[in-house]
Amino acid sequence: MLYRTAGQFKTSYVADQALFPVKQDAVLLWLFLLLGWVIFPLTASEFAFQALLIPILIYALAAMGLNILTGFAGQLSLGTGAFMGVGAYACYKMVTIFPELNPIIAILLSGFFSAGIGVVFGIPSLRIKGFYLAIATLAAQFFLVWLFEKWSWLYNYNASGAIQVPNLEMFGIFVSGPQASSVTEYYIVLFVVTLLTILCINLTRGNLGRTWKATRDMDIAAELIGINLMKSKLTAFAVSSYVVGVAGALYVFSWKGAAEPNVFDIPLSFQVLFIAIIGGLGSILGNYLGAILIVGLPVMLNVIAGTQVFEMSTTSSLLLAALVAGATFLFWIARSMWGMGAAIGFGAVTLIYGYAQLQGFRIESALIEHINVMIIGALIVFFLIIEPHGLNQLWRLIREKLIIWPFPH
Amino acid sequence: MKDTEGYVTADGRQIGGTLMEMKNITLRFGGVVAIQDISFDIREGEVRAIIGPNGAGKSSMLNVISGFYTPSEGEVWYKGSKRPPMKPFEVARQGVARTFQNIALFEGMTVLDNVMTGRLTHMNAGLASQALWWGKARTEEMENREKVERVIDFLEIQNIRKTPVGRLPYGLKKRVELARALAAEPSLLLLDEPMAGMNVEEKEDMSRFVLDVNDEFGTTICLIEHDMGVVMDLSDRVVVMDYGKKIGDGTPDEVRNNQDVIDAYLGVSHD
Repeated sequence: MLYRTAGQFKTSYVADQALFPVKQDAVLLWLFLLLGWVIFPLTASEFAFQALLIPILIYALAAMGLNILTGFAGQLSLGTGAFMGVGAYACYKMVTIFPELNPIIAILLSGFFSAGIGVVFGIPSLRIKGFYLAIATLAAQFFLVWLFEKWSWLYNYNASGAIQVPNLEMFGIFVSGPQASSVTEYYIVLFVVTLLTILCINLTRGNLGRTWKATRDMDIAAELIGINLMKSKLTAFAVSSYVVGVAGALYVFSWKGAAEPNVFDIPLSFQVLFIAIIGGLGSILGNYLGAILIVGLPVMLNVIAGTQVFEMSTTSSLLLAALVAGATFLFWIARSMWGMGAAIGFGAVTLIYGYAQLQGFRIESALIEHINVMIIGALIVFFLIIEPHGLNQLWRLIREKLIIWPFPH
Repeated sequence: MKDTEGYVTADGRQIGGTLMEMKNITLRFGGVVAIQDISFDIREGEVRAIIGPNGAGKSSMLNVISGFYTPSEGEVWYKGSKRPPMKPFEVARQGVARTFQNIALFEGMTVLDNVMTGRLTHMNAGLASQALWWGKARTEEMENREKVERVIDFLEIQNIRKTPVGRLPYGLKKRVELARALAAEPSLLLLDEPMAGMNVEEKEDMSRFVLDVNDEFGTTICLIEHDMGVVMDLSDRVVVMDYGKKIGDGTPDEVRNNQDVIDAYLGVSHD
């Protein structure tokens, strides 16, 4: 139908190596950029900014950083949370020592501190790999969180032991701190995330990306064809920790506003790791898809569970119906019966729940929380079984089938 | 030092001076002696084979040449100078490329990307340039893509260039591996059992490619192979190893008539 490659011929290597060799993909990307840069900021509510848009972007960025290390260079890491913390604390120290510093510059600079720390904790990767390396990075996790707690210079000797984001101005507008508006914060996050995504795409498709992937796929062969494994692994740690650190700075400065050391503990590392795995290791797009699922789904389920389904506004009910129909269609194209079943089942459960509500059935909010966790857990298991290569692979499959749809081959 | 003038092969090709010389190489793993006091040379432009029964130490020899093992004793001379102990990637950067007995491709990457990794040693754009996809990184990428495409054309794998390597059948994987090694434009190409596990037709294809590579690019080739027919047809000179020792060295005809070689292959009690 609309999604066809017919008639798109490549006559130069530049065209062949373009980011989006299929024209429709480029159109789709522009559509999403338009959505992100113009439509969302104009229409989103305070709740949507704080609960969906900003966290999805920040988590996607953190997962992208981890993905560079784990998905592209094949080095397992469980220290993501701590490296995010390094970025956050570095940013905090910078803006308190140099109050004149431009906040965006401070956020981008803070990544370099986590990059340095990341390289130091990446040194064990030269000798060990796999699960053992994961344990070694776990050391970073414990050590750094301990340091955030004990080294009071880091939080300026606060009595609370937490870092508080001061009000930061840029061109006369508050961009960070209690007085900043959500839209400004959102734009800052969007700008940084867009910038770093472009850089990461370029790095992973070029020479360095191939070096990393070769290291991941077969390190002995990589060394014998001329790859300096030490350099390859340490650059992966540096670039990855940089991105993760910037994500950490954004996490505190553009979202939470304050952070205690235990925010950066293992649960954060695991959450980011789940996003990377569910999104698809070794992909850039997957991080966004994974973040939408892991961050967005609980919010959506909460909203649905908390509202009277049959009294939702026309727009939201249409949106929900379109979502279910779209997912069903795409799963059908990808010949994923399980996925179709899940999408249809979700729609059916929502309807039944709505009907039960009409009959006076109520779920307590505490129970909703529990059900939420169960659904997310089930989804993680579901994805690991049905599509172990993540949402990105699912999307790739859908694209492949969509190009020839409605014909089977 | 032996003569540097070279010789003319049976089919009339001029072979140049010494490219690599192994001098009294011994390789021990603890008490096991894998290679014992072996010397031979590889000359520019020739197809040199190393043969021998299982466990003779052929692959170990290839690993010494490619720098994966450091010999316990002896010297490796390359391009007229003695090679100091170095890491495998440094050896590769000096122009020694190789393929592997068990295919060692990067399974998660496409054929094109795999072959592009062969060009890694020729690319050196900085991190910033690569991140911005601007300037040196971009031009370098295109230049090397062109070279890689020439290799892809040469080995007739155009139709699979965007296919992930994991999906390819065995014979094609072997060819992609050769492509990756060739893309590096090596001075010395090491092939570890390039025909292992192939059927007759695939062997013929591979033999043709090996000869074409030697002919077209003038690449010096050193190969290990079990198929005697293939070895005798392809190579200009053959080293024969048995139990870590060299038992024969010369043209295929000389080797074929060497009594020690015949004994090694047909089996004579060693006492």
